[in-house]
Amino acid sequence: MAASDTAILAEGLGKSYRSHTALHGIDLAVPAGTVLGVLGPNGAGKTTTVRILATLVRPTGGRAIVAGYDVVREGREVRRRIGLAGQYAAVDELLTGRENLVLLARLLRFGRRGAARRAAELLDRFELTEAADRPAGTYSGGMRRRLDLATCVIGDPEVLFLDEPTTGLDPASRNVLWDVVRDLAAGGVTILLTTQYLEEADQLADRVAVIDAGRVIAEGTPDSLKRQVGSDRLEVTVAGPEDLADAVAALAVLGGPAPVTDEAARRVSVQLGPDGLDDLARAAQALRDKGVPTVDIDLRKPTLDDVFFDLTGTNAKQPPQDPAEPVPVAEERPARAARAAREESLTVVEEPLVPVVEEALVPAAEGGPVRAVEEAPAPAAEAEPPAVAGPQSLTVTKEESQ
Amino acid sequence: MTATATAPTAPSRAAARPGPGGPVRGHLGDTFALAGRHLTHLRRSPGRLVLVTMNPLVMLIAVGYLFRGSMHIPGGVAYEDFIMAGIAIQVGLTGVGPTAIGVALDLRHGLVDRFRSLPISPSSVLLGRTLSDLVVGAVSLTAVSLVGLGVGWRPHEGVLRTAAGFGVLLAFVYVMTWVGILLGTTQRNIEAIDGTGALVLVILSFLSNAYVPVSGLPGWLRPVAEWNPVTSVVTTCRRLWGNDPGVAASGGFPAHHPGLVTAVTLTALLLAAVWGGVRGFRRAGGH
Repeated sequence: MAASDTAILAEGLGKSYRSHTALHGIDLAVPAGTVLGVLGPNGAGKTTTVRILATLVRPTGGRAIVAGYDVVREGREVRRRIGLAGQYAAVDELLTGRENLVLLARLLRFGRRGAARRAAELLDRFELTEAADRPAGTYSGGMRRRLDLATCVIGDPEVLFLDEPTTGLDPASRNVLWDVVRDLAAGGVTILLTTQYLEEADQLADRVAVIDAGRVIAEGTPDSLKRQVGSDRLEVTVAGPEDLADAVAALAVLGGPAPVTDEAARRVSVQLGPDGLDDLARAAQALRDKGVPTVDIDLRKPTLDDVFFDLTGTNAKQPPQDPAEPVPVAEERPARAARAAREESLTVVEEPLVPVVEEALVPAAEGGPVRAVEEAPAPAAEAEPPAVAGPQSLTVTKEESQ
Repeated sequence: MTATATAPTAPSRAAARPGPGGPVRGHLGDTFALAGRHLTHLRRSPGRLVLVTMNPLVMLIAVGYLFRGSMHIPGGVAYEDFIMAGIAIQVGLTGVGPTAIGVALDLRHGLVDRFRSLPISPSSVLLGRTLSDLVVGAVSLTAVSLVGLGVGWRPHEGVLRTAAGFGVLLAFVYVMTWVGILLGTTQRNIEAIDGTGALVLVILSFLSNAYVPVSGLPGWLRPVAEWNPVTSVVTTCRRLWGNDPGVAASGGFPAHHPGLVTAVTLTALLLAAVWGGVRGFRRAGGH
C-alpha cells in the first residue's frame, strides 16, 4: 500500500460552495516524515485544503488519504492520527495552559493521571512551565501559539497540519516557533504547513506547493522555486533622472538579465547571480568607476510576490499568447535553467495556464498582495510606474514585511 | 492495555490508547471532561452564574414582594406562593442567551475545530455544555428558592412532590440549554443572539401564567398563553407544590392536563432543538 510512504495524498480535491468554487482540484503528495509548505496569498484555498485534509470539511470532488485513511469515509481513523493548529490559536483563554493540555489529553484518553503527566511533559518541552498555571488569556501571541502547538501534539500525531502558524507573530516568537516545528519534523512527524511567507517555507519545508485561486500552480523544493524566481535583487537609486542611463550601463557588467529602470523612483534594479556577493562587489565597483551619483543601494530578497509574478507572469507569456513578448526567465538564463533541471525539478503545472493568470489578477486589482503593473497602468503609475520588459518588469509594489 | 489488532502501517498513538472501558464510558468521560471545562469557566468568571441567578431574583423581589399587595389571585392563593413557579421558570429562560453566546464564541475562536479534529464524538462537545449548564441551573434554582422561602413562598404538598416540582424545572432548564445551542449554532452574530435571547425571555414569560393567571390576559392572547409550554410547566409545578389557584384561573385543555402537555411539549422542543443544534454545529464547520 502506498499509504506507508505517502502520509498525505490529495487527488483532484475540489470544494464548491453555493456561490463560488474554493478549490479547483488540488493534487498533493507528501512523503511520510517530510514537511510540505503550502504557499499562497489570502483566499488561495490554503485553509480550505487543510480543513478538508483534517476532516473538518467534506470535499465536493476528488479524494484524500491521510495517514493511510480516507478523510471522508474513515474520518475517525484519520482524526486519531492527526494534529491540527488552525489559523487562530485555539486555546481556551479562561483555562490555564496546563488545564488546556490536560483537557485535550483527557479527550485523547490518557486518563486522569496520564493526562497530568503528559501536560507537564509538553509544558516543559514548549517552554511554558513558568506560565503553566496562568490563564491562557494572559499569554503573549507567541506563547499562545506554542500552547496551541503543544495541544496538537499531545497524542503524538503522525501528521500535523499547521495553518499559518506564525501569522501575526513578532520575529523572535516566530523563530522560537520555527525551532519547535523543526524539532517535530526531526522527530519524524509529517507536516503540512501553510504560509504566506516564502522565507517561512524556505526555512521549514522540504517541498513547497504554490497555490493560487484554488489550484496548485507550482510544486518543488524551495531552492528550485527560488531559482525560478531568481536570486536577490539589487536596487540602486540615483540622484537625478539623467544618471539613470549611466547606472544601467554600470549594472550591465553583471551580464545577467538587463537592468530594469523605474524612472519615477529614479531607480534601477538588477537581478544578482547565484553568487550574490561577487555580483554585489562588481556592481558597486562599476558604479564607482562610472561615477554614478547614488542615493541609495538596496538588496532585496525575492518575496512571495516575486514567486507569484514569476509563476503567473511567466505563464502569461507563453508563445501562443503573444510571441512578441520576451522569453520566460528560465530560458533567458540557460545555465541556471540547466542546473535547475539537473537538480530536483520544479514542476510548473502547465494545464491551467490561462485561467490561473486571469483569476490571479482579479483579487489583485482589489488590493491583494500581487499587483501586476501592466494590467493596471493608470492607478499604479503614481506609486510604482511600469518598468520595461520581461517577467522582471513586473515591479513588485508591496514589500514583504518580515 | 488491551492490545487491539492494528494495521502495520499505523503503529503510533491509535494503537497505544484504545480508550479505557469501551466506547460508552469513553464518550461519558469526554462529556464530563468537557463539562468540567465549562465549570472551570464559571469559577474563573462567575458572571454567567450571577446573571442567571440575579434575573429571576430581581423579578422575585420586584413582582413577588413589591407588587404582592395589589395582586389578587382567584382561589385564595397567596401571591408569594403563586409567583414562585413563575420565577423559577426564569432560570431556564435566562440561560438561553448565555448558552448561545458561549457556543457561538467557541465556534468563532477555533476551539470547536480543535475538538472536531479529535477522535471524539462531536455530540460530547454539546452534551458537555448542556451538563454544565444544568449544574448552573440547579445552583441558581437553589438560590432562587431560598430567597423565595425568605419572602414567604411555601410548598404545601410534602417533600416528594416538592422535589418532583424541581425535577420538572430542571427538565425545563435542560431543554432550554438545547434551545440555546440551537440559537448559538444557527445565529453566529453575538449581538443578534443577545437580542434574540432577551426576546425569548420576555415573550415566553409574559405570554404565560408566570406572573398573572391566563384569565387576566386579553382574550385573544389567552389561547397562545394556554399552549405556551412555559404555562404548562408552571402549572405543573404549582400543582406539585400546592400553589395552584385551580382550573378556573387558567382554562383550556393544557390547564386540565398540565403534566401531559408539559411532557409532550418539552419532549418535542428537546428533539427539535437537538436536531437543529447538532445540524447547526456540523454546518458551522462547513460540513
